[in-house]
Amino acid sequence: MAEKKIVDGRGSFCPGPLMELIVALKSSQVGDELEVLSTDKGSANDIPEWLNKVGHEYISTTEAEGVWHITLRKSK
Amino acid sequence: MKKILIVGGGMGGTILANNLARRLTNELKTGKVRITMLSASEKHMYQPGLLYLAVGRITPDELYRDQASLLEPGIEFHVDPVEEFKLDNNQVKTKSGKTFDYDYMAIATGSRMFPEGIPGMVEGAETFYTEDSALKMCKRLQSFEGGKVVITVGVPHKCPMAPLEITFMLHDYFKDRGMSDKVQLQYTYPIGRVHSLENVAKWAAPEMDKLGIKYETFFNIKEVDAKNKVLKSEEGTEINYDLLITIPAHKGMEVLEKNGMGQSGWIPTNKTKLNMEGRDNVFVLGDTTNIPISKAGSTAHFEADTLGENLAAMVKMGMPVREYDGKVFCFIEAGKDRASYAMFDYKNPPDPKAPTKAVHWFKMAYNKLYWISARGLL
Repeated sequence: MAEKKIVDGRGSFCPGPLMELIVALKSSQVGDELEVLSTDKGSANDIPEWLNKVGHEYISTTEAEGVWHITLRKSK
Repeated sequence: MKKILIVGGGMGGTILANNLARRLTNELKTGKVRITMLSASEKHMYQPGLLYLAVGRITPDELYRDQASLLEPGIEFHVDPVEEFKLDNNQVKTKSGKTFDYDYMAIATGSRMFPEGIPGMVEGAETFYTEDSALKMCKRLQSFEGGKVVITVGVPHKCPMAPLEITFMLHDYFKDRGMSDKVQLQYTYPIGRVHSLENVAKWAAPEMDKLGIKYETFFNIKEVDAKNKVLKSEEGTEINYDLLITIPAHKGMEVLEKNGMGQSGWIPTNKTKLNMEGRDNVFVLGDTTNIPISKAGSTAHFEADTLGENLAAMVKMGMPVREYDGKVFCFIEAGKDRASYAMFDYKNPPDPKAPTKAVHWFKMAYNKLYWISARGLL
């Protein structure tokens, strides 16, 4: 199984965690698991919403010490 | 002798070279340090000027200065791009076949638009990220007689404010031509708001509403049907257009991909120390890092300030003295005669104020003052 790819968007206001994820997905393979790290609370809502719209698999969100960890799998 | 090699003659590389030349004046004179810059071009382009070229407000010659004229005495400058990076040997090999050794290397090769990555984009869309494409767009705009103009944004791209700037400038452009009633502007953006910066989006969306500019968010470009003039998204939506303008997705320079330096040419870089991951003597600045930060001229500028101070300290004292704090400063042109700005860093988000004529004139002044910035003086 391929290693989980970490997308570190902590402290990123521009372009921000979701745009960093979109870039990371371009260079990922179908089936790859990715984990986005974000200090932006809004990402915890935006990312699952976008994953649902575009058809990637949303797995989970956890939060620890002000950092959100959003896990997903590239589905197409 | 310590050899400092700078690869790339854009904003970041030029400021770094000049910053170092001033900090290490004595070392340069006594031969203890050599500063070498390698660039693909003898010309230095002011890239923010392309926005104005696209709407016919400047001419191409105003974009350029001779690179050599911007450099402090003592900097060795060669128009001889790198083709091979031999990091384990602390060497690069150039197009002419020369080999350059280094003790420290800074890679500041910038980024390039990559519309070819989207099927149909090259055939179907205008853009303004090169001189040729900006001129072509200018001519196309002049001959446009009315219809739906769609501005669509790819990820990642340099100049984060450009999508909003071109949209608002096009509003004023068509208004000045008396075509407001014949043109419908529509804007698309990849995430759930009209800009990556939340506070900028909060200002921009109502402004678009006020000006009658439509927008669709969560729109990631999938393909362009250039024959039928249809833009399609990964999210499953479609937009018809009469004129399509794109801010295309970008990549780093091809030479970096060929040398295995980073996927899509984005070099893994420490976000505060600015060294290439796994290398203590190779540094990266500007667009070509993989740092989750704006790909903007000001980013390269502030990174170059930090790196210049650190490299000079490493030469003189054997250690770096500063960390890059993520500082970025971007003007936001909100039309032909008003502007705002966004200033932020890793810890502090931006809080842009309503656009004013004063900030627009500050930007107009900066278009000329840029050349002093490039020389490391501003």
